[in-house]
Amino acid sequence: MAEATYSKPVPSPTQESKPFWDGLLAGKLVLQSCGSCGRIRHYPRPICPACSSFEVRWVEASGRGKVHSWTVTHHPFHPGFKGEVPFTLVTVDLTEGVRMQAPLRGADGRALAIGMPVRLVVERPTPDLALPAFVLDRAEDRP
Amino acid sequence: MSLKEKAAITGIGETAYTRNSGKSVAALQLEASLKAIADAGLTPKDIDGIIPYSNSPVVAEDFITNFELPDLRFSATTPMGGASCVAAVQCAALAISAGLCRHVLLPIGRNGASQGRIGQRVAEMPQFRLIGEHEMPVGAIGPAQLYAPMARRHMELYGTTSRQLAEIAVSTRANAILNGNAMMTKPITVEDHQASRMISDPLRLLDCSLESDGGAAIVVSAADAARDLRRQPIYVMGVAEGHPGSPSAITQRPDMTRLGIAKAAPKAFAMAGVTPADIDVAEIYDCFTYIVLCQLEDIGFCRKGEGGPFVASGAIRLGGKLPINTHGGLLSQSHMVGMNHVVELVRQLRGEAGRAQVADAEMGLVTGYGDMGDGSIAIMRRG
Repeated sequence: MAEATYSKPVPSPTQESKPFWDGLLAGKLVLQSCGSCGRIRHYPRPICPACSSFEVRWVEASGRGKVHSWTVTHHPFHPGFKGEVPFTLVTVDLTEGVRMQAPLRGADGRALAIGMPVRLVVERPTPDLALPAFVLDRAEDRP
Repeated sequence: MSLKEKAAITGIGETAYTRNSGKSVAALQLEASLKAIADAGLTPKDIDGIIPYSNSPVVAEDFITNFELPDLRFSATTPMGGASCVAAVQCAALAISAGLCRHVLLPIGRNGASQGRIGQRVAEMPQFRLIGEHEMPVGAIGPAQLYAPMARRHMELYGTTSRQLAEIAVSTRANAILNGNAMMTKPITVEDHQASRMISDPLRLLDCSLESDGGAAIVVSAADAARDLRRQPIYVMGVAEGHPGSPSAITQRPDMTRLGIAKAAPKAFAMAGVTPADIDVAEIYDCFTYIVLCQLEDIGFCRKGEGGPFVASGAIRLGGKLPINTHGGLLSQSHMVGMNHVVELVRQLRGEAGRAQVADAEMGLVTGYGDMGDGSIAIMRRG
């Protein structure tokens, strides 16, 4: 089975974050929006940092954003990533106002600049696991 | 009420710093503690307060047992990773000023080279749960990877270069060579730095700190008790801690180029009644070269974005405007979580720093940085 050979760290969803991971499994990026004031927050957590409300609405996000920063990793730090170095991790300001960090696919760090548009893609390393990644959001690449 | 001049560092101690101590972590901490207590002219039984390092298996009970402490009146931990040791100075001064205790022991020790790698330790810490859930699965695992985007953004916004970061590694190494108890004793050049292997761009191997075995400890005493002890007291003039926005994940931090110390430093300077221009020597937490550069800006030694030219000017070398990490720091002496920085500041202000002595050093500061952005700072002067 694929799970038996998957050797990277896997997320352990919590009560607060399960809808996020379930969303990715369904091919969607969903974020926590405060049910009281509407503030969007990430990473998933129990209350709104603006108004302290526990009310949550999960909203589908655009998956589009701009490069905030990045790193090109040459040392794997974990045996599961040994075969992948060098790889680029990009930190992205999503249009919705929060950030995500995920691998950049189809380009490396030399292609990047702050503010460059990127979009989210969902990867399925195993049938039970969905993880975010980003690709450059160039007009010519759009489906 | 201010903590200014309520407490003084009265004793310092260090073990040898090595790659394989062959001793238990408890033995390393007890050895360093005994040296610090003896340096102060005290005996273990005089210790009535203790602040063990929070990420250590050695706890207050171990010191009570091993030293048969008759009446430990205060114990606490300051769980801020690399900011813990300097934050513990604040905690000790607070307990002393409240009259709870007179002589507080601050021990640290680890087999950081021979046992347990840093990447494993991070994954086990509850303060990094969000990183464990959201960042490690996509490959962001080691501190170098987690910190690299801060350095990259600083470079993109301000034009900071890898060669400027190299100056921090090179000058710190030069200081380590003068120390006599440093793990790294071979000189390096900017070209050596540039040729060192890339870990997580822009951080190269020589931008990263060591993993070390050893122990270090200090004794913080009430100011009125310090005057009667064996050594010249080194008074705590100003002390503060600061926590950045989004402390649990750098990814979500509103301003990735500003650390918790940006909040702490103005408070410490105000308490001490001095300014950055009054500082003769500074021991700056240096888990990575970039973290030094960013703190120099956040403390106010130069403006935000000007850290690169500031360090490249030679300002931070011995003989420069602001000598830093005169012992070799975490980069080249030992990764003793910054307790070695506190020890070195005390040596400098006592005038006992040997070949690395900054002439007429009267006022200095030491910083801590840890847990992805927490900061701590203590300003001290010689008595």
